[in-house]
Amino acid sequence: MYDRFVYILDKYPHWIWDGFLLTMELLVVSVIAGTLVAIPIAIARVSPNPLIRAVPFGYIYVLRGTPLLAQLFLIYYGLGQFEAVRESFLWPVLRSAYWCSILAFVLNTSAYVAEIMRGGIQNVPRGEIEAARACGMSEFTLYRRIILPRMWQIIWPAYTNDVIFTLKATALASTVTMMELTGVARKIVARTAAPYEAFITAAIVYLLVVWVLTFGFKGVERWLRRSERRREASKPHAKPA
Amino acid sequence: MFDLQGREWQMLEGAGVTVQLLLATLPFLVAFGLIGALAKLSAYRVFRGLGEAYTTIIRGIPELVIILLIYFGGTIAINALGYFLVEGGGVDWGLKGLGVFLYGEDARIDISPFWAGVMALSLVHGAFATEVFRAAFLAVPHGEVEAAQACGMSTWQIFHRIRLPQVWRFALPGIGNLFQVLIKDTALISVVGLEEIMRKAQVGAGAEKLPFTFYLAAMAMFLVLTTVALVVFSYLERRAARGVRRA
Repeated sequence: MYDRFVYILDKYPHWIWDGFLLTMELLVVSVIAGTLVAIPIAIARVSPNPLIRAVPFGYIYVLRGTPLLAQLFLIYYGLGQFEAVRESFLWPVLRSAYWCSILAFVLNTSAYVAEIMRGGIQNVPRGEIEAARACGMSEFTLYRRIILPRMWQIIWPAYTNDVIFTLKATALASTVTMMELTGVARKIVARTAAPYEAFITAAIVYLLVVWVLTFGFKGVERWLRRSERRREASKPHAKPA
Repeated sequence: MFDLQGREWQMLEGAGVTVQLLLATLPFLVAFGLIGALAKLSAYRVFRGLGEAYTTIIRGIPELVIILLIYFGGTIAINALGYFLVEGGGVDWGLKGLGVFLYGEDARIDISPFWAGVMALSLVHGAFATEVFRAAFLAVPHGEVEAAQACGMSTWQIFHRIRLPQVWRFALPGIGNLFQVLIKDTALISVVGLEEIMRKAQVGAGAEKLPFTFYLAAMAMFLVLTTVALVVFSYLERRAARGVRRA
């Protein structure tokens, strides 16, 4: 087994590296775009108007209740069924595996993140919102200065959980011919008939990425909670944590 | 757009396989979860380490990779064992009878996609279940355990009469959540050929050249399954919490 590991790492390092880069690219684009899309959806989800609430509710329900694989296949294989789509100017984009994967991941992660954000928005302390309204802040300013920053503090652990889920979801792109890490591993298995070595190599890379990401996340969490730390330090008899 | 061209029965067959997969996974999942939780709560560092390793590793690797690993790698492992039992590397270990009984004369066995899927899914979701059960065990009021000890109950009696019934109540929301994710993860087993909903949809889509229709139907079926699971678990949660005073 050991020499087969060495064989794979010796013969295919460029594949593995390219696969890793593609995985990271899919992850970063999906997470950033998905988060941006999720913000208006979450805000609409907590609207006092039931008609405005219904649309994001349905969106989130369907996207969270169905498998990502089904959503991916629907977009990649399914959209081509319609002549209108095939003749439109978007067709070169919609027929490429890359953009279909990105679209599927963005839609899916936006639903999960929107739901997480909803929980965060609803848990912003009422007193802060009341004080802001008493100061005469507009709704937009209220969101920009109070609700959204506070929301990030509250949801950060759950959000980072979702980023890890999205990393694992990128492996599904291999089912639509994308050569990210899992796709590369399958290709190596096809060439070398060494499934353990190939998949374990991919698994180790994934674990390293998770490890590094988790470090980064903890750092951001400490920065988000910086105000809590300063208060403790300035108290005359600071209690041990 | 919504006409399945008479292949509705195929899709329902796939749903049947999906339900079978879920029912088969559940006991293994609970077993892995309980073993993992007990390991992580153990007084012995070895077990705690093994439990940590289990959850950290499994939760950091994509489910698809684990499914592929077990399906492709499992066949090799089991066949290597079979080869050893039957051929024994030229040495007579006295196990040939056992090997032939288990594997047949040519020492080959194929792991079906179904059981590879069951094992992979229970392994992965067992790791998540470990966290749920661990939190549930820790949530049992320690006062009740102390009282039981004062009454002279044995460790097994305490586990059986005090801890386990309450763990069920605390773990239900987490397990319900997990079950919903499990329903969606069964779609991944289609990648190794199991004839469940996604695979049937693929076949239908290819035959009728209507991919959107069939994948939309597949999504609808999953939505039904997750909704049913949601309703069932809500009912179970309410039933398990009957008689408990809520804040």
